[in-house]
Amino acid sequence: MTQKMHIKLTVNGEDKEFLAEPRELLIYALRENLNITGPHVGCETSHCGACTVTLNGKSVKSCTMFVAQANGAEITTIEGIGSPDSLHVLQEAFKEHHGLQCGFCTPGMITRATKLLEENPNPSEEEVRFGMAGNICRCTGYQNIVKSILAAASELNASKEAAQ
Amino acid sequence: MIPAAFEYHRPTKMDDVIALLTEHGDDARVMAGGHSLIPMMKLRMADVPHLIDLQDIGGLQNISIEGQRVTLGAMVTQHELINHTALAEVAPILRETALQIADPQVRYMGTVGGNVANGDPGNDMPGLMQCLDAQINLTGPSGSRSVAARDYYEAAYMTAREDDEVLVSVSFDAPRSGYAYEKQKRKIGDYATAAAAVTITKDGGKVASASVAMTNLSDVPVWSEAACDALVGTDCNVDALAAAVAAMLGDIDPTEDNRGPVAFKRHVAGVILKRAIARAWDRA
Repeated sequence: MTQKMHIKLTVNGEDKEFLAEPRELLIYALRENLNITGPHVGCETSHCGACTVTLNGKSVKSCTMFVAQANGAEITTIEGIGSPDSLHVLQEAFKEHHGLQCGFCTPGMITRATKLLEENPNPSEEEVRFGMAGNICRCTGYQNIVKSILAAASELNASKEAAQ
Repeated sequence: MIPAAFEYHRPTKMDDVIALLTEHGDDARVMAGGHSLIPMMKLRMADVPHLIDLQDIGGLQNISIEGQRVTLGAMVTQHELINHTALAEVAPILRETALQIADPQVRYMGTVGGNVANGDPGNDMPGLMQCLDAQINLTGPSGSRSVAARDYYEAAYMTAREDDEVLVSVSFDAPRSGYAYEKQKRKIGDYATAAAAVTITKDGGKVASASVAMTNLSDVPVWSEAACDALVGTDCNVDALAAAVAAMLGDIDPTEDNRGPVAFKRHVAGVILKRAIARAWDRA
């Protein structure tokens, strides 16, 4: 065992400090050191996207990053996107349009979708499918996931226009 | 999937990277985005006692365009390649290729340098760099040197880079030509069953020059001079396409794996090359 290193992360706006071996994967640091269990361990091989978090403005699969690499980073997980009392527009849309079945992939789906809509607020259906290609749903509920994201985009655009 | 323990280094100066590589030799590896190396470490197929993270090294993140000369720093990500407006204007084949690599999350992390340096026959950038006749720029204890992409790959995971050298950038002249990167893959995120990078210049309705490189059809990328020669002077008619495909098939050496048997891969290689040539010719 190598020596543990001092890790500092900002997760969902809160500063976190802990000791971890450099080889620990970011997903396990979040789940086991910090008890942030929204991001899931799915395939653990960079394919399924259930572990997706936003790290320094990028959608990242946290199973394919060492905690040492993430040291100093700003991270947003599904816990930072909405709360049970105040759902994010995407969470509302997933609920409304049956964008989830078993729900295992949903934290990764929604975390990725927030970034997708930030970069492309008005995506076509094809752009949603291409932009979500790093997230797999084993219930294969893709139609409703795409529908939910498109609905959230319209909702976000409508409230932006209303605000102007 | 827990990798073997390692010592983590995150230097801020290239001199310190070289010093670590010199000190630890085979026991040290540099890491860019980590999306090839980390999976290998998790599978314990790569043993890296000293991991050197390049993320804090300055000067490796730049995309520079001076006239037609393009230089891409090793730490430029696929995501940045796709979203760089000036690069898309001067060398759109980079964007076309990067869009076909992996998936969005992987493209935020995956870098040009890692893709070119790794030497995995499945990587897409090596074939593209051979098509563009790029130079691979290395730095090491005895200074800097450049190697032509067409001379860089020796065997799977074996390249002209010495253990104590770091790939810092790639540079090439943006092609003033038609272009295409065509890739057949089983699913998003997969490596190519076959892929082709093609550039073509046109003069008086004929092919004036052509460059053809193939991905994942040998243990190294394959730049096919014979396929280029088969196209020059033709108007890319059916016979010319067939001749180029026949020439290319003489240069590749695919092996059977879970993407299919050799005969299938040779068939797909032909289909993909024809599509790439047709699109490049159309754009020339």
